[in-house]
Amino acid sequence: MKPILQTHSLTKVFRGVSAVDDLAFSLEKASITALLGGNGAGKTTTLSMLLGLLRPTSGSIYLFGQDFIKNRFSVLNRMNFSSPYVDLPQRLTVWENLLVYAKLYGVVNPKKRVEEVAESFRIENLLNQRLRRLSSGQKTRVSLAKSFINKPEFLLLDEPTASLDPDTTSWIRELLRQYRDEQGATILFASHDMREVELLCDKALLMKEGRLVEEGTPKELLEKYNRDNLEDVFLQVNRKKKKDD
Amino acid sequence: MTELKSSSKGRILALFTRYYFLLRSSWPRIIEIAYWPTMQMVMWGFVSKHFAPSSPELTAGGVLISVVLIWDTLFRSHISYTLSFLEEMWSRNLGNLFVAPLRPWELMLGLACISLIRTLIGMIPAALLAIPFFGVSVFDMGLPLFAFFFNLVLTGWAMSQFVTAILIRYGLGAESLTWVLPFLIAPFSCIYYPLSTLPVWMQDVASFIPTTYVFEGMRALLIEGVWRQDLLLQALGLNVVYLGLGMWTFLFAFRVARTHGLLLQAGE
Repeated sequence: MKPILQTHSLTKVFRGVSAVDDLAFSLEKASITALLGGNGAGKTTTLSMLLGLLRPTSGSIYLFGQDFIKNRFSVLNRMNFSSPYVDLPQRLTVWENLLVYAKLYGVVNPKKRVEEVAESFRIENLLNQRLRRLSSGQKTRVSLAKSFINKPEFLLLDEPTASLDPDTTSWIRELLRQYRDEQGATILFASHDMREVELLCDKALLMKEGRLVEEGTPKELLEKYNRDNLEDVFLQVNRKKKKDD
Repeated sequence: MTELKSSSKGRILALFTRYYFLLRSSWPRIIEIAYWPTMQMVMWGFVSKHFAPSSPELTAGGVLISVVLIWDTLFRSHISYTLSFLEEMWSRNLGNLFVAPLRPWELMLGLACISLIRTLIGMIPAALLAIPFFGVSVFDMGLPLFAFFFNLVLTGWAMSQFVTAILIRYGLGAESLTWVLPFLIAPFSCIYYPLSTLPVWMQDVASFIPTTYVFEGMRALLIEGVWRQDLLLQALGLNVVYLGLGMWTFLFAFRVARTHGLLLQAGE
């Protein structure tokens, strides 16, 4: 199957320090991929470049077959994102926030779509509440609802289940899986929750010091490192000294 | 997939809806918009009344109240634009906005539209109240009033474009510039006195500021009854130049922010 996203030699240098170095990977349509790595591994920098918020120092990003760096606006309405580090306006109600974003993405029947995502994320009873009055778990659900507002074909999620209780985490996982299957959407998410990665992902990308050091299905990685769980794989990869050290 | 019909008009309307929701979410905000211009008008109205017997040249034709109201147009236009942008920074929403298919120029236009609405909400009650309070109607100026108003709104937007560019580049640490900049040009703008009052070097600087021509034009109309179209055209010409520069500066700052990864951290 033709990949919907391809990066080649993607590099970002901040003041002489490489935050992301020569990153090359591709994502298949209708797949869920986890982007893993310790603090400072380059996950957020990578996501920012894939969202168009950060201009790469060099390399290329092809999204839906188009040069994303040169012409991101042609594909931005086919993608969306959610992050606990980016908020929605706190003084607006949940309904107002979702309606504004539905209109920004050009959703044809925005009010109907707001109702749909509210139902999917079980936030119907929060629609008239101002965002600032919600708990962090409720805000996460609203942020996720916003990221689904345009039914994106490519969804980027930064720690999607952060601050959610185990029960909510479980059905959000199921929702993501269902969305991938029904819509053929591609999902890339950064997470520190290795259990979640094992349960949800078709593929994991492991980053360390800005470089891609491992790539494979959870099963492949477990077999390669002869471990029972991804957390041990992550620890082993992360603690492994660089070859040139 | 959900049907999408993305257009610049739709995105600008979406932004407009966002600022409308914000405005209606807090009645003190709405009152505040009209409060300051009205207070200015009342205070300067009494000052004008006090000086009227001794200095008729200062208060002829309601010139003092009129210039105060018109100057406030610039201040409101600038503050409304910049505060709407600051709202995005305070709420850490810029990241969400810029991953949407919103072009930077659409953001600028959306901010300008809401600035115009907020300026009108602020200025119209003050201008109307000046009629029964002090017998001064800026509406008596007729069409030239719209020319003065339009020019000052444009100057306010141009200043805001420079300030928002700095905010994007340097973050909320530069927030105070929002309040400082209008006062920086105030002495050169000759709001309350003619251009000839200034020392020569200040007159040279003032000749590069569009507001100088607006207030000179207003005085000519209110005191001498002369409509100086040439002054208005000079103001308009300078405004077009500064708006162009302001847009370029904002787009440049946006590009720099994308290079340095400042858009995600903009609220911090």
